Amino acid sequence: MSDIEIRNVYKIFGPEAERHIGAVKAGMTKTDLNDRHNHVLGLYDINLTIPQGKITVIMGLSGSGKSTLIRHINGLIRPTSGEVLYDGRDVVTMSPSELRAYRREKTAMVFQKFALLPHRTVLENAAYGLDIRGVPRAEAESRARHWIDRVGLAGYEDYYPRQLSGGMQQRVGLARALCNDTEILLMDEAFSALDPLIRVDMQTILLELQKELGKTIIFITHDLDEALRLGDKIAVLRDGAIQQVGTGQEIVLRPATSYIADFVREVNRGRILTARTIAVPLPEGEEPPAFVVRAEARLDLVARQMTREGVAHARVRDRQGACLGVIDLPAILDAMVNPADVAAEAD
Amino acid sequence: MDLIQFPEMSRSSLRTLRQVVDGGFRDFTRAWGDTLESLFSPLQSLLTLIENLLLRSPWPLVLAGMAALIWLASRSSRITLGSVLALVVVGYLGMWEDTMRTIAMVAVCTMMAVVIGLPIGILMAQSNRANAIVTPLLDMMQTMPSFVYLIPVVMIFGLGKVPGVIAVVIYAIPPVIRLTNLGIRHVAFDVLEAAEAFGSSRWQKLRDVQLPLALPSIMAGINQTIMMSLAMVVIASMIGVRGLGQPVLQAINQQYFTMGVMNGLAIVAIAIILDRTTQAYGKRLQKHAEAGR
Repeated sequence: MSDIEIRNVYKIFGPEAERHIGAVKAGMTKTDLNDRHNHVLGLYDINLTIPQGKITVIMGLSGSGKSTLIRHINGLIRPTSGEVLYDGRDVVTMSPSELRAYRREKTAMVFQKFALLPHRTVLENAAYGLDIRGVPRAEAESRARHWIDRVGLAGYEDYYPRQLSGGMQQRVGLARALCNDTEILLMDEAFSALDPLIRVDMQTILLELQKELGKTIIFITHDLDEALRLGDKIAVLRDGAIQQVGTGQEIVLRPATSYIADFVREVNRGRILTARTIAVPLPEGEEPPAFVVRAEARLDLVARQMTREGVAHARVRDRQGACLGVIDLPAILDAMVNPADVAAEAD
Repeated sequence: MDLIQFPEMSRSSLRTLRQVVDGGFRDFTRAWGDTLESLFSPLQSLLTLIENLLLRSPWPLVLAGMAALIWLASRSSRITLGSVLALVVVGYLGMWEDTMRTIAMVAVCTMMAVVIGLPIGILMAQSNRANAIVTPLLDMMQTMPSFVYLIPVVMIFGLGKVPGVIAVVIYAIPPVIRLTNLGIRHVAFDVLEAAEAFGSSRWQKLRDVQLPLALPSIMAGINQTIMMSLAMVVIASMIGVRGLGQPVLQAINQQYFTMGVMNGLAIVAIAIILDRTTQAYGKRLQKHAEAGR
């Protein structure tokens, strides 16, 4: 296993992409490239480290280049310039057969529209990746059964995709990807086509599986709530360029641009921020409060807990038992309200 | 200048042109005719084999065999019973032998068309250049009056079954090719991308994704090809192909109305049997599409 390093990746769509790469690197804008040369700038100078064993979310609206970016990781799309490094090898320069082997053994992908084979049963779909690798039928099927079971589809092995709901089809998609037992899992808007409740279900399944599998997951979404729930690390993409990279809390608390600030404005901050984030050192000479909250506890839950107990101050303690500081109710409420809303209210 | 009369090449040069082309082709025929004929002799043997099988076996056995085949393909008792009934009536009206010959002919022609047409269709789907080259050829094959390409075929092979098969295949092959190509090209992009993402080779993509998903379209093409070869059987009778076409031809020449209609209806009966059977078979292959919730 290793991190995935995306370095200086540019992607220009069009018949003569190489001819324009110099101009783009020198600063030609997306609009100019489109108007003057009729080429589309897909990605602009992407640099991103995708840490191993973590979920990295790439977030952006449609047209931001996020689906293009994820396809660079398994070589479905080749960059016009730049490197995609994994395990010391550059995906961009792999030969077709190396690339096939890399896709078979190192990566698996889940698709927005499921992309199941309609003429194969659930079991045969789940075993598809193993089929391609040439794993014997019997072994492939027993592994496929295991993963069908894990995604909660036991009993549906002989159904055809058409007979299943969207959520169930995507479970098949997930089983198909997990069946390959690869280090990298690419999820391209995997849950975007699902109903909100089903989507949350699927997120839960993914998080549970990830706890024990520890795969390197790249998850694409346009949904901030989904990004914040899943992402250990979040990269926000706009017009093919990365606007900000950080944890969910960093992005919510310190949006790098006004675009991201607009984006995070409607977020329920109480669900994202944790006690650790707003803990302040105990003022000199004061007695530490008796009430204790966990450092990783969500602010909305902490606030409720404290009001129920009738305390105004609490001590924040991390897993090792060390005291990180104190919090009080006014500070919690302050943190839960978006500063932009306060400004709007004052006007 | 005379603008009413279209400027033509002189009669003598036109004659020379025709003579040169015809002469060249005749020389080619003389030089290569025998080679070509021996090249196609397996085709002749195959056709004779099937014909003999149908004609020299006891008729109840042939009927039972056909009923079994139709049942296996369609799994429909309605289609099977209807087919048997139609064959019995046709046989009783004295057309059993001609009908068997025609069925043998159509079977061989369809086999040839599929064996040749499927790979060409696949090639066209994979390569835009192949598509650009083959499409106008297919257009030509479908619009060129069929009598015209009977001429060179007869010049090379003489009268008989083999030129008949070749003429029929030329006429009937375009739908298999076109619909194979179309079916593969219409396979949803996201499924192909998934195949790619899991590391499929080209062959695996073709085998696991493109051909299975193009199957309804390919089956429609095969069905069309069967219908067109049946239609061509009448015309092929002009170059000595025996079967239901010959009595029709004779009826036209001598104005035997009943004979023409009867043999014509026998062709229609075979057409309906083959059409319903292949369609039912095609549907059965797509059982995943039928599966309800």
